[in-house]
Amino acid sequence: MPVAESSRRPAASVALRHVTTVLFNDARRRENIYFGVLAVLLLVGFPLLLDTFHLNLVGKYLTYAFVALGLVLCWGYGGILSLGQGVFFGLGGYCMAMFLKLEASDIASTSIQSTPGIPDFMDWNQLTKLPAFWVPFKSLFLTVVAIPLVPSVLALALSAAMFKRRVGGVYFAIITQAVAAILSILIIGQQGYTGGVNGITDLKTLHGWDIRSDSAKMILYFVNAALLLGAIALSFSIIRSKLGRLLLAVRDREERVLFTGYDVANIKTVVFVLAAAFSAVGGAMFTLQVGFMSPSFVGIVPSIEMVICAAVGGRTSLLGAVYGTLIVNYGKTYFSEAFPELWLFVIGALFIAVVMIFPDGLAGLDLRKALHGLLTRASGFARKRKKPAALVPPAAPSAPQTNAGSQ
Amino acid sequence: MNAAIWAMQAFTGLSTFCVLLLMALGLAIIFGQMGVINMAHGEFMTVGAYTTYLLSEVSQRWLPGLTNWYFFLSIAVSFLLAGAFGLLVEHLMIRKLYRRPLDTLLATWGLSLIMQQGFRSVFGAREVSAKLPDWLMGSVKPSAAIDIPINGLVVIGLTAALTALVFFALFSTRFGIDVRATMQNRPMASAAGINTARVDRLTFGLGCGLAGVAGAAFTTIGSTGPTSGSAYIVDTFLVVVFGGAQSLFGTIASAFSIAQTQATTEFFMTGSMAKVVTLSAIILILMVRPQGLFALKVRR
Repeated sequence: MPVAESSRRPAASVALRHVTTVLFNDARRRENIYFGVLAVLLLVGFPLLLDTFHLNLVGKYLTYAFVALGLVLCWGYGGILSLGQGVFFGLGGYCMAMFLKLEASDIASTSIQSTPGIPDFMDWNQLTKLPAFWVPFKSLFLTVVAIPLVPSVLALALSAAMFKRRVGGVYFAIITQAVAAILSILIIGQQGYTGGVNGITDLKTLHGWDIRSDSAKMILYFVNAALLLGAIALSFSIIRSKLGRLLLAVRDREERVLFTGYDVANIKTVVFVLAAAFSAVGGAMFTLQVGFMSPSFVGIVPSIEMVICAAVGGRTSLLGAVYGTLIVNYGKTYFSEAFPELWLFVIGALFIAVVMIFPDGLAGLDLRKALHGLLTRASGFARKRKKPAALVPPAAPSAPQTNAGSQ
Repeated sequence: MNAAIWAMQAFTGLSTFCVLLLMALGLAIIFGQMGVINMAHGEFMTVGAYTTYLLSEVSQRWLPGLTNWYFFLSIAVSFLLAGAFGLLVEHLMIRKLYRRPLDTLLATWGLSLIMQQGFRSVFGAREVSAKLPDWLMGSVKPSAAIDIPINGLVVIGLTAALTALVFFALFSTRFGIDVRATMQNRPMASAAGINTARVDRLTFGLGCGLAGVAGAAFTTIGSTGPTSGSAYIVDTFLVVVFGGAQSLFGTIASAFSIAQTQATTEFFMTGSMAKVVTLSAIILILMVRPQGLFALKVRR
C-alpha cells in the first residue's frame, strides 16, 4: 500500500485496518473467528436474550439450517442443486416421530381404541396390527441409527445412478423435485400408515423424558445448537480437505476433473449423501423440538424454500447458511402473522433478487469494505466542511483487498 | 359393456394426455431450445385461464351476441397476453441468466410465487369458472353406455391443432429453421448470421403464449384458481424430460405414455397411489435412461 494513499485515510480507518489485517488476513483464521462468533451467539447469546418460547422458535429455525448447510455443500460447492432436500428432512423427522409416537401409544394410554397399543391414526383407519416397517422404531437405538441411515440410503440410490450416467444440473433438480412430490403424495395418501396430511402428532416423551416441558425444550435447543455447530465444523474440515478442492473443481470444470482421472460421480455422491444426512438430523431435531412432523415439511414448496435460505446466506458460505435460515424464517413468521398476503411477494422477490442482484447473499456483503467506506466518507465529509474543494479525497476510495484466498 | 369401459378409460387417458401435452408443448420448446427452466410456466397458463374467464364475464355483460363464440377469441387473446408477458419477462430477467440455468430455475420460481399471489390479490383465493357456451356443455353418445363430453372433444381437437401448428412453425418456416439451428449448435448458428438472442426471445414468448392457450383450453374442463397452474408444473417437467428434452416427438410420446399409465393405474388403485406409481416409474426409467425416450443425436 503506497504511503501517500494511506496517509490520506483517517486514523480510525488505519487503526481498524491494522487490527483487521492482523486478525483476518488469513482466510482460515478469519473463518475460525466467525465460527467462534456464531458459536457464542447460538450457545450464549440467544439463550440469554430470548425467553423459552422464542428460544424454541430459534431452535426450530436452526433445524432448517442443517438443510441449508447441506445445500451449501452440494449446491454452493458441488454445483448440484437439489430441490428435494425436504425429503431427507422429512424422513429424518418421520423416523424420530415414529419412535416418539410408539412411545406415546402404549397400551395404557390407548386403551379406548379398538386395538390398543398402536398409534391413534392407525386405529382410526381400521388397522389392527402395527405395520412391519414401524416395528424397528420401537427401539431407540435403531431409531437413532435409522435417522441418518434411511435418508442416506435413498440419497445414495438416487444420486449414484444419476451421477454415474452424468445426469446433473437442471435434470437432477427436476428429478429431486419429483421425488419430493412423490413422497408428500405418498405420505398424504397412506393415512393409515403415516398419519396422512396431519402428520404424526401428540408426541410426548423420549424414553420417558417429557419433551414438552420448558427445561426439556431448553436442553433440546442446546443439543440442537451443538449438533449444528458440529455439522458446520465437519463441513469446514471437508471444504478445507482435498475433497473440498475437488468439489469446487467439479462445479467449475467438471470435464477437466474427469480427464484428470477422478471419479466425478463418487465425489458428487459423497457430498449429496452427506447433505441428506445433515438434513435428516435437522428433521429429527425438528420433531423433538416442535413435537410433530407432517408432510408439509416434505413436499416441493418447503424443499425449495430451504434453497432460498442457503442462497440468502450466500450459497458458498457455511456460516451464511445459518444466518440466511434465521433471517428467512424469521421473516416468514413475521410476515405470515402481520401481512400474510405479502409474504409470497416478499419471498418471490427474494428469489429473484438473490439470483439477479446479490448472488453471493449475505456473505457477499463485505462488512469491512462497507465500514472503511463509511469511515472514509464520514471523514471526507468532515474535511470538506473545513476546507472545501482542493484537498477533498475521492468520494470513496476502494478498500484494501486483503482477503486473498477467501471464497 | 366391457368395451364401453375400455372406451371411457381410453377417453380419460386421452384427456389427461391432451392436458399434459398442451402444457408440455410450450415448455418443451423453451427447455429444449434454450435449456431454460421456466418454473413460472404454470402461471403463464393461469394467465390464459383468467383471460378466458374475464372475456366470458365481459361477453355476458356487455356483448351477449358474442357469448357463443367468445371462446375462440379468448384463445387468441390468451396467446397474445401470455406471449407478451413472456417477452417482457425474457427481457427483464431470463436474458441475463442464460449462462446460469440453475439460477433461472430459482428466479422463475420466485416469479411464479409473485404471480400466484398477484392472481390471489386480483381475483380472490376462490376458484372461478368461465361461463361456457351451451354448445360446449353437451355430450356425444355413440352408444348407450358411452358418454363422451363435448368439451373433452374440443380440448382434444385444440391440442391436435396446436401441435400441428407448432410442428409447422418449427419445421416449415424460416423461424423454425433458426430455432432448430440455435438448438443444435448455438455458436455455429450465430456464426451463420442467425440472431440467436432474438430467436431466444421469440421462442420464450412463443412458449409462454402456448401456455396461455393451454390455460384457455383448461377453462372448458375445470375451474381456475391462483395455484391451478403450479399443480401441473412437476408433471409437465417430467413429461418434457422423459420425452427427451429436445425432441417434440418425444414430448408427445411421453405425454401419451404417462397419461395412459396414470389413467390405467387410477382404474386399479386410488388416485394418489396411481400418481405415486406413475411418477416413480418415470424416475426409475430416467435413472436407467437419463436422455429420455427420444434423444436428439447431436454432436457437441
